[in-house]
Amino acid sequence: MVEGPFGIDPVLWAVLRLAIAIVLVIALIMNGALLLIYLERKMQAVMQDRIGPYHVGPFGLLQTFADAIKLIAKEDVRASQTDATFFIAAPALVFSPMLAAFVVVPFAPPIVGADLSIGLLYLTTLGAMGVLGIVIAGWASNNKYALMGGLRSAGQLISYEIPQILSLVTAVLVLGTLSMVEITELQPGPITNIFVLPLAFVTFFMAALAETNRTPFDLPEAESELVAGYLTEYSGMRWGTMLALTEYGNVTIVCAIMTTLWFGGWNGPGVEAFPILGILWFTLKTYAFILVFMWIRATLPRLRIDQLMSFCWKGLIPLTLLNLGVTAALLLAFPDTLVPVAIANWLLLGAFALGLPALQRRRLRRIRARLGAGAMPAPRSAS
Amino acid sequence: MPDYYLSYLYVFVFFATGAVFVAALLTLSSLVQPKKPTAEKLRTYESGEEPVGPAWGRYPTHFYIFALLFVVFDVEVIFLFPWAVLFRDLGWYGLVEMGIFIFILVAGLYYAWRKDALRWY
Repeated sequence: MVEGPFGIDPVLWAVLRLAIAIVLVIALIMNGALLLIYLERKMQAVMQDRIGPYHVGPFGLLQTFADAIKLIAKEDVRASQTDATFFIAAPALVFSPMLAAFVVVPFAPPIVGADLSIGLLYLTTLGAMGVLGIVIAGWASNNKYALMGGLRSAGQLISYEIPQILSLVTAVLVLGTLSMVEITELQPGPITNIFVLPLAFVTFFMAALAETNRTPFDLPEAESELVAGYLTEYSGMRWGTMLALTEYGNVTIVCAIMTTLWFGGWNGPGVEAFPILGILWFTLKTYAFILVFMWIRATLPRLRIDQLMSFCWKGLIPLTLLNLGVTAALLLAFPDTLVPVAIANWLLLGAFALGLPALQRRRLRRIRARLGAGAMPAPRSAS
Repeated sequence: MPDYYLSYLYVFVFFATGAVFVAALLTLSSLVQPKKPTAEKLRTYESGEEPVGPAWGRYPTHFYIFALLFVVFDVEVIFLFPWAVLFRDLGWYGLVEMGIFIFILVAGLYYAWRKDALRWY
């Protein structure tokens, strides 16, 4: 137990520090959701050649505030067929794990809730707990769309959890620790983990998109098929807690993991002199990733469910297992240098980036051949 | 109390706060919102049609197959974490041991693949 600042009694400081941490994290989640929803709308508007929100406040900045007030004042409809206990419990069941994940996020050298020695394992565990809340929400709604959405969500989230964790394990092989603070301290310079393990980063990024239900993997909430998926029966602030707060909180968490593991977390110019500056670097890096998530949402169409599952089980899982094996063998063969690991990883990434489109083209050719020339429009080169 | 337990107290308190926060938010909302329930409003949503039967019925078995596969791989991953942390101390012995373990699972995945269990109809 550490002595508090200004000579505060250690026991009192421990309680006070906990209270401050909770208030800060809740403020971060609320403000983050308000800001990110505004950013998402504005960015999508710009990318689709629209203006986006502009009526409420300067540049429409207060639009999400107005929406939040409207959500709080909205009637909370719970259909009579629902299972009351679980329907009411579900928002808390998805929100709590997301909130608890912020305990281990290292914002700056002095600012981290609790530096657990099993930080990464803890984060993956919480990711799995979120699935439970979503399935319960889908089941308790007693609505066909919600049930299918919840089950799809379970199928998707548990499938993509495996490549996600395998990518994390690959990074842990190189780093040798699960503590988020130690991981950050291991990458002080401009050469961070991304140069050593680019493929693990790319596979983690894809799995993270699926884990947070973001496009192109937003099948649990596919509007064109399932209305709103597991959220169909939710309205008012229950919906606001589950979608606005939890989803954007989860996006923040996975982006924070990427920042910490591959991009050196709080490290940046001037952090040695002013440790508090770490917050700035950490936030900038994390938000850069969130913006990429939004960019992808504006760019890519949604996958089909069979494509989604086969991409995970036949593509990502074998690839991450291969990457894990190669990384482990090279680390043992060359214990003093990371250069062979880095070269192998970049080569594998190149093979993945070039090989995937080639495989898809071959598959398409086969399907065309099986169906005969007239069944499908001929490829452009043949006409 | 050592720091180790203090860390896990944080985890516990954060979990509890999550539930309390959601409850407080919903209570605040229920204080200011109108409440005018009607039979139509409380009916299960089915795109404007009269709902046909409850949703708690049968659903496709693919979910079950993937859940089984997931359990196998998730257990594997739990074993991978401690190995990854102690990787350098265990050396080649640990790598070969883990290689055999993963090989058995990959053989299972290959079997499922060939049996078309990974195909979504």
